[in-house]
Amino acid sequence: MSLKLGVPSKGRLMEKTFSWFEKRGITLSRSGSDREYAGKVEGIDGVSLILLSAGEIPRELAAGRIHLGVTGIDLVHEKLPRWEQQVQEVSQLGFGRADLIIATPACWVDVDTLDDLDAVAAAFRKTHGHRLRIATKYHRLVREFLTDAGVADYTLVDSQGATEGTVMNETAEAIADITSTGETLRANHLKILTDGLILQSQATLWRSRVANYDAADKAVLSQLLGRLD
Amino acid sequence: MANRSQIQARAAMMRVRFEAAGAQVVDPPLLQPADTLLDLYGEDIRARAYVTSDALRGEQMLRPDFTMPVVQMHMSDGAEPARYTYSGEVFRRQEHDPDRPNEYIQVGYEVFDRNDPAGADAEVFSLFALQLRGLPLRAATGDIGILTAAVAGLRTTDRRKAALMRHLWRPRRFRVLLDRFAGRKPGPEGRVSLLDADNVLDIDVPMIGKRRLSEIEARIEALRADRDTSPISDTELAGLETLLNVRETMPFALEQLRDVAVDLPQITPALDRLEARVASLQARGVNVDRLDFEAAYGRTSMEYYDGFVFGFYAEGRPDLPPIATGGRYDALTRQLGNGAEIPAVGGVLRPDLMLEIEEDAQ
Repeated sequence: MSLKLGVPSKGRLMEKTFSWFEKRGITLSRSGSDREYAGKVEGIDGVSLILLSAGEIPRELAAGRIHLGVTGIDLVHEKLPRWEQQVQEVSQLGFGRADLIIATPACWVDVDTLDDLDAVAAAFRKTHGHRLRIATKYHRLVREFLTDAGVADYTLVDSQGATEGTVMNETAEAIADITSTGETLRANHLKILTDGLILQSQATLWRSRVANYDAADKAVLSQLLGRLD
Repeated sequence: MANRSQIQARAAMMRVRFEAAGAQVVDPPLLQPADTLLDLYGEDIRARAYVTSDALRGEQMLRPDFTMPVVQMHMSDGAEPARYTYSGEVFRRQEHDPDRPNEYIQVGYEVFDRNDPAGADAEVFSLFALQLRGLPLRAATGDIGILTAAVAGLRTTDRRKAALMRHLWRPRRFRVLLDRFAGRKPGPEGRVSLLDADNVLDIDVPMIGKRRLSEIEARIEALRADRDTSPISDTELAGLETLLNVRETMPFALEQLRDVAVDLPQITPALDRLEARVASLQARGVNVDRLDFEAAYGRTSMEYYDGFVFGFYAEGRPDLPPIATGGRYDALTRQLGNGAEIPAVGGVLRPDLMLEIEEDAQ
C-alpha cells in the first residue's frame, strides 16, 4: 500500500501544485505523455500520485479513496456537508485565490446590498410572475448564505460555466460565482453586492479523515507533513 | 428502538381514533409536482425535499409533508365541511445531522370547516392531546394571527406593512426592517446621495437583463417615498416588542395582550378570537391554566400557519424534534384554491418518537 495524493489533472492548478511540492523537495510529474493521467513521485518513498479533476477530489477524499488531495475550499465546502468531519485542512497553498460572491447587473443603481436584492426579488416576482433567478453551480453554499441573510423570492438556476453571461442572455437576473480579479464580471456589466461575499477560497491541501492508514502509511504521512511545514 | 411494524401499528391505531372522530381516510401520492412546492416554499424546499425527475412530468418531489396534497385535494373536489386523516412516510433531506431520519411516518388530522373556527382549533388540539395522553410532554401554543393583525394595523404605509408581512416568518429580517422603518438604522452607504441625485440613471453601463429600466425607476421612486415617510412611532414599536415577548400561561397571556391592545388597538379582534379559543379549549376539558402561550411561537418553523399554532415537546429530550405540531392555515387554502378559500386547521404526530419516549420511560 502507499499513501495516495490526489492533484488536479490539468492547467495552472496542476502546475502550481507541482511547483509548491517541488519547493519542499518533492517532485511530482506526469509519467509518460501529457495525455496520460498517471503520475510519478520523487523525493519521498511510499507516496503515489493520482491525477483527478479538481471537482472530484472532495468526493474521493470523503470516500477515503485518496489520503491527501489538493482542491479549492469552495469545492470542499460545496460538495461535502459537514466537511470538518470528513477532511482536515493541512495547508493553504497560497494560489488559486478566488471569492465566491453574488453579483447583479451594474445598471441596477438601486441595488447595493442583500437587503436591496431581497426587496427587488419581491417586486420582480410580482412584475414578471416568476422568482428572481440566480445562476450558480454552488447551490448549497448560496442557498445557505441567502437563507441566513433572510433573502426570499429567489430561485437558483444551475449554471456550470459562462455564468457571467446568463444575465445578458436573460436566463438569470443575478449570479453567484467565483471571481479573482473581477475582470470577467466587469466585462459582463455586473457588480458585486457590498455584503455579497459568501466565501474566500484558495487551493488547499486536505487530509481525508475517512481513509484507512496502515502503519506504513502513518509513517509516510508524518514524514510528509514534516516536510511541508 | 421500535421497529417499523410497531411504528406502523401505532400509526394505524391513531388513524382509527381520528376516523372515530369523524375523519375520512385519504392517501395522497408519494410523488408531488415540484413546481407547486417550490412556488409555495421557495428555494428553501430544495434543501429539505428530495427531488427526482423524468422527461414527461419534469421535476417531482418525494412528499415532504401531507398538508399541501391534502389541501389541494380538498380544494379541487372536497365536500364541506370535511375532516381528513392520513398516515404514511414523509421524506426530508438531512445535510447537517446524520442522526435525524430522512424518512419517517406521520399521522395527521385536518379540519376544513367554516363554522366555529375556535371550536375547530380546540377540537384538533384536544384530539392531539388525547392521542398523546400519558407521555411526558410539554405543550406550547401561539397565534400568528395576533402579530399579523398588529402589523396590518400599523400607522404607516402599505408598502412598509407588506415588507414586514413578507418577513413575518424570518424574525431577523423582520427586526432589521422594523428598525429601519422606525428610523433607528440608516440605509446603505451612498443611498442618500443616490436618492438626492436628479439623474440617477445617467450611467455609463448598458442596461442588461430582464429587469427593465422602468422597474429600476419605480423602485427609486418607492425609496424616495419611503425616505419621506415618518418613522413608525415609539409607542407602536414598544407595543410590538412587548407583544413579541409575551410568554405566559394562556389566561395571563391574554391579560397581558389586552394591555398591549391599549397601544395597538388593531389586535383586539384577534384577541377576541384567542379568548373564544380559550373558552372552547376549556369546554373540551383542556386545562388552559397550565397551557403555555408564546406570542412569538411558530414564527421560525411553521411558515404556512397564520392563526392558532401548537406543538408538543418531549420533556428532558431537547434533542428530539417536536412529537406533534399543527395550526391554522386559512391563507394556504386561498393560495392553492384558485380563488376559493376555506378556514382550515390541522396537524401531524410522529408515532416513531412517541414509541421512543415510551421506551425511555420504562
